[in-house]
Amino acid sequence: MRLYVDSSKCSGCRACLVACSLNLFQENNPKKAALNLMPHFPAPGVYEMKVCTQCGDCAQACPTEAIKLNERGGYYVDVDECNLCEACVPECPESVMFVRAELANHAWKCDLCGDCVAVCGTSALWIGN
Amino acid sequence: MLNGYGGSILRVNLTTGKFTKEPTPANVARDFIGGRGFGIYFLTKEVPVGADPLGPENKLIISSGPLSGMLAVGGGKCDFTTKSPLTGGYASASLGGLFTAELKYAGIDSLILEGISPKPVYLFIDDNKIELRDAAPYWGKGTFEVEKEFKEKFGEEFQIAVIGPGGENGVSFAHINHDFGRQAGRGGVGTVMGAKKVKAIVLRGTKSVPVANVETYRKAGMALYKACKDAEGLKEWTRYGTTIVVSWCDEVGALPTRNFTAGSFEGGKTLYGPVMREQIVITDKGCFGCPCPCGKYSSMKRYKSFVEGPEYETIGLLGANIGISDIQDVAQANLLCDDLGIDTISAGGVIGWAMEAYEKGILTKADTDGLDLKWGNVQAVFALIEKIARKQGFGALLAEGVKKAAQKVGKGSEKFAIQVKGMEQSAYATHNATAMLLAYMTCDVGAHHNRSWAITYDLQVGRDKVVPEKVARVIWLQNFRPMFDVLGSCRLQWVELGIDRALYEPLLESITGIERTWEDLEAVGNRIWNLTRLYWARENEDFGRSWDMPASRFYEEPPKTGATAGQITKLEDVNRLLDMYYEQRGWDANGMPTPATIEKLNLDTFVN
Repeated sequence: MRLYVDSSKCSGCRACLVACSLNLFQENNPKKAALNLMPHFPAPGVYEMKVCTQCGDCAQACPTEAIKLNERGGYYVDVDECNLCEACVPECPESVMFVRAELANHAWKCDLCGDCVAVCGTSALWIGN
Repeated sequence: MLNGYGGSILRVNLTTGKFTKEPTPANVARDFIGGRGFGIYFLTKEVPVGADPLGPENKLIISSGPLSGMLAVGGGKCDFTTKSPLTGGYASASLGGLFTAELKYAGIDSLILEGISPKPVYLFIDDNKIELRDAAPYWGKGTFEVEKEFKEKFGEEFQIAVIGPGGENGVSFAHINHDFGRQAGRGGVGTVMGAKKVKAIVLRGTKSVPVANVETYRKAGMALYKACKDAEGLKEWTRYGTTIVVSWCDEVGALPTRNFTAGSFEGGKTLYGPVMREQIVITDKGCFGCPCPCGKYSSMKRYKSFVEGPEYETIGLLGANIGISDIQDVAQANLLCDDLGIDTISAGGVIGWAMEAYEKGILTKADTDGLDLKWGNVQAVFALIEKIARKQGFGALLAEGVKKAAQKVGKGSEKFAIQVKGMEQSAYATHNATAMLLAYMTCDVGAHHNRSWAITYDLQVGRDKVVPEKVARVIWLQNFRPMFDVLGSCRLQWVELGIDRALYEPLLESITGIERTWEDLEAVGNRIWNLTRLYWARENEDFGRSWDMPASRFYEEPPKTGATAGQITKLEDVNRLLDMYYEQRGWDANGMPTPATIEKLNLDTFVN
């Protein structure tokens, strides 16, 4: 299972980012979300959204083996084992592996919780095989 | 720590360059909650009586609310309150988009701009880093170019609110533009920002918002999203946004046509929502957290340009009201106004008035700098928008707003200046829609629709009926709907999708830790409504009943064409509406809150 996005349906509202931070961090802070929204305005006027495909490249690259599989089939960051080395960040083909030391003392990524899908009003996001 | 709030009030004294941050007072949060509640509180308390709207004593108060930036189906509303240079009274403009959330994440509930900068500046806020920076390279430029430059310079995470040449030049109805097409539009809030020499606010916040009970909050938020997603009207509403009502308004005679001489437009069909969606819309564009985005982003092939919109109001005022029937032309006029920094509604209002005066021979080419202002002359409209924003020639007259322009021109043109309290009427023709007419007459900022959108109620109970139930409906809407602006959230999920508003109660409680019912919230709304009324009276010696009168067109000149042909509201009914309204509000015959009402609402301390 993995998350999918159809960027052409995204309206850039960021409900997904808030829902994500609430689930991942139990905090209301879209800067701490695991989806990557890139608006392109005023031209050509499109939203581009990147999401985790659960490819596992981050886990492969992690020297402390802090990125593990959960029961949903999603890779998650074991916060106790992450040392903020950032080795995972450049390995991510979708730019959705996040390390921002000023915001959190561990890396974060999509763990396939599905809350972003639940709040997306335009059905731009879904989970499938 | 105040749960649900950024936690601080930031004052920027532009005269001295000094910043002051203080904790958000808990009693103000309790009594006024946030958003426009904070706006009128600070305006009344801090701006001295008789302050010049464009002088250093006036303040621009920019506020988020407890639902801003939260999981709250549209927590994207930011309130801009000031003393209006257009009306001389209270102005409160609501900005959608992403700005209000960013303000809160920077820990700010109200950002208060005070004084006047000696030179053009922009305000840069990156969490706790606050600076006034030189805006000389940006002064004079259009809003889109400046926002794009700031996005490229500082990054996508920064949110930007920027004025255009209209605000710099003192056009009375200048707006503030954000996110390439969202505006704090009405009442001249951009004019005040321009008078303060602030070109833009560039803002980023990375803080988490404290909440009372995070798990209850998450569940309450998710329940609201589920309600919106399950709503029957979600798909249709999201496809067309506010343009969904163009056809309805045209059919029932509410679409302002040729300066409100009629309510149906023979060229209306090519402005309808489905035509626009098919011809120019390229994506939906949502405000913060909105599951049903009304924002439509459009590409006009003929002009090789892009714009957010046009929304219904702009289609009404810059379309039918000035005789334009091509959606690309309307959208291009919208773009010019957005980029030059002037409100599309007021612009459409003054241009409509000028065109009628021209068609009647009151104005000639000698007055209009040679522009042929016949109905529907698209190129003349484009030229005039530019002239207004730059206050050039004939444009300088229109830049004062329709009331003052008509007073200067005279010759009977005052009778067709379609405004209340100096604010141009938004896009509902009210020849025979008495609840909506009353809503415009009594709206707290002038002739604006969104406090009490009562026109559907007119059709429901009989549009010409003048009955206490209609008045009560208008008052209830005026107390209730603006509470969304207080909470920092959008009302359209309730209005358009019909979601159960009770769902907001547990959400607000889990965020703030304070239990409030809608009954409680409406009581706050009523108190705020009365306080804004007192503010008008405080600032204008002769304020009273005559200020609530609509344009005489709505009781003297029945439309000759369209769905409302031959229909009119009698003057005696206009007065009956006011009598009933004042009585139900607890106001005297001159429209002032009585001492008993002031005491009951605990507003004594704001009066003296």
